Amino acid sequence: MSGHHHDHGHDDHDHDHGAEKPWQAVRTEALESLLNDLGIISSARIDEIVSHYEDKIGPKSGARVVARAWTDPAFKARLLADGLAACAELGLGGPETEYLHVVENTATVHNVVVCTLCSCYPWTILGLPPAWYKSSAYRSRAVREPRRVLAEMGLTLADDVTIQVWDSVSEIRYLVLPERPPGAEGMTEDELADIVTRDAMIGVARVQV
Amino acid sequence: MNGIHDMGGLHGFGPVTVEPNEPVFHARWEGRVYAITQAMDTTGLYNLDEHRHEIELMDAASYLTDGYYGRWLFAMERILDRKGVVRRAEVDRRIAQDVAGEVAPVEHADRAWPVPSETRIRWGAWRKDVAVAPKFAVGDRVRVRNHQPAGHTRLTHYVRDKVGTVTVVNAQAWVYPDTRAHNTGENLQPVYNVSFSGEEVWGDAAEPNTIVRVDLSEDYLDRETGA
Repeated sequence: MSGHHHDHGHDDHDHDHGAEKPWQAVRTEALESLLNDLGIISSARIDEIVSHYEDKIGPKSGARVVARAWTDPAFKARLLADGLAACAELGLGGPETEYLHVVENTATVHNVVVCTLCSCYPWTILGLPPAWYKSSAYRSRAVREPRRVLAEMGLTLADDVTIQVWDSVSEIRYLVLPERPPGAEGMTEDELADIVTRDAMIGVARVQV
Repeated sequence: MNGIHDMGGLHGFGPVTVEPNEPVFHARWEGRVYAITQAMDTTGLYNLDEHRHEIELMDAASYLTDGYYGRWLFAMERILDRKGVVRRAEVDRRIAQDVAGEVAPVEHADRAWPVPSETRIRWGAWRKDVAVAPKFAVGDRVRVRNHQPAGHTRLTHYVRDKVGTVTVVNAQAWVYPDTRAHNTGENLQPVYNVSFSGEEVWGDAAEPNTIVRVDLSEDYLDRETGA
């Protein structure tokens, strides 16, 4: 946790004004400066990577994929056959998503994704995972009592809906293709992309109009 | 290894807490640690499975309290120290220098950097240019080996010795994490998605109508005969 925040700008986390720094911040700064001095990494490159993940990628990418799949059946077929190739059609892809398996929710099967061993997640399609996805509680419970976890998170599923929990412990990454919600029939692809949430693409929520 | 990181099915962690309007990074150092680790993938110093295994080697209490990026920081520092690239004592010295406002140049002698091209380690996870012949097909019944190495594995403890059905054959040449983490070979092999019923895995605690689907390297599996 960054401790306090000041009220004079959105980038306050970039300087700590002499307040007590967490030990991780102290060690990270020292390590980065050594790595930079040694030419192993460059701080300029680190700046670029941080801003890429803070500003350029996120669940909006995945939402575009889902909206396209809802409006273009041929794209959806390609997406389910080879997730990464279909995402590349939309200009999406990059490191750490070696292989993307898209799993489709239906009226009878609901998919939800977890990584019980670390927190594997399709970064290039959804951005970095939320803290709850990385939490011990989610990682321990999602495989054993998914129905209860989903209900606690606001998604109550009938017992006749099969819940498939994908524990993504290999290099294959998972994206849930949620059901297109009732009431979304007349919406355009862009309008649909606006209603698709990160949580629906992890499988802990439904898309609502 | 049987570590605290292998969390599937454990009790005692309470409810899932959702933070509204969460930032990508909660502190500047988290973003730096994340990005430095990303940048490491081009240095040839260590691979993804070494990174994961180093995190597993944390003592259990620290694993639970240091946070996600705290674990990454730990892993990076310890790997760089062990490999003689950046030693822990140097980090401590640089911290002391920063506090004292001193500027000291780094010593380049006696350091495992740069990495000679023949000993560079690939970060990434698999390669496509090698053919593999899958041992199992969709629909095959498989039993997960009761494999309990002291080193790294991606075989989650809760499916050991459980029987499931192969549902997806990923017939590409995937590296075998158990050996790659220790730089003892890539052992390229298929990865299968195996479907387990809730009852098979969780017994009398299973919720109705639930399935767990786990990706498993071929070496984790045996064909289940009979029944």
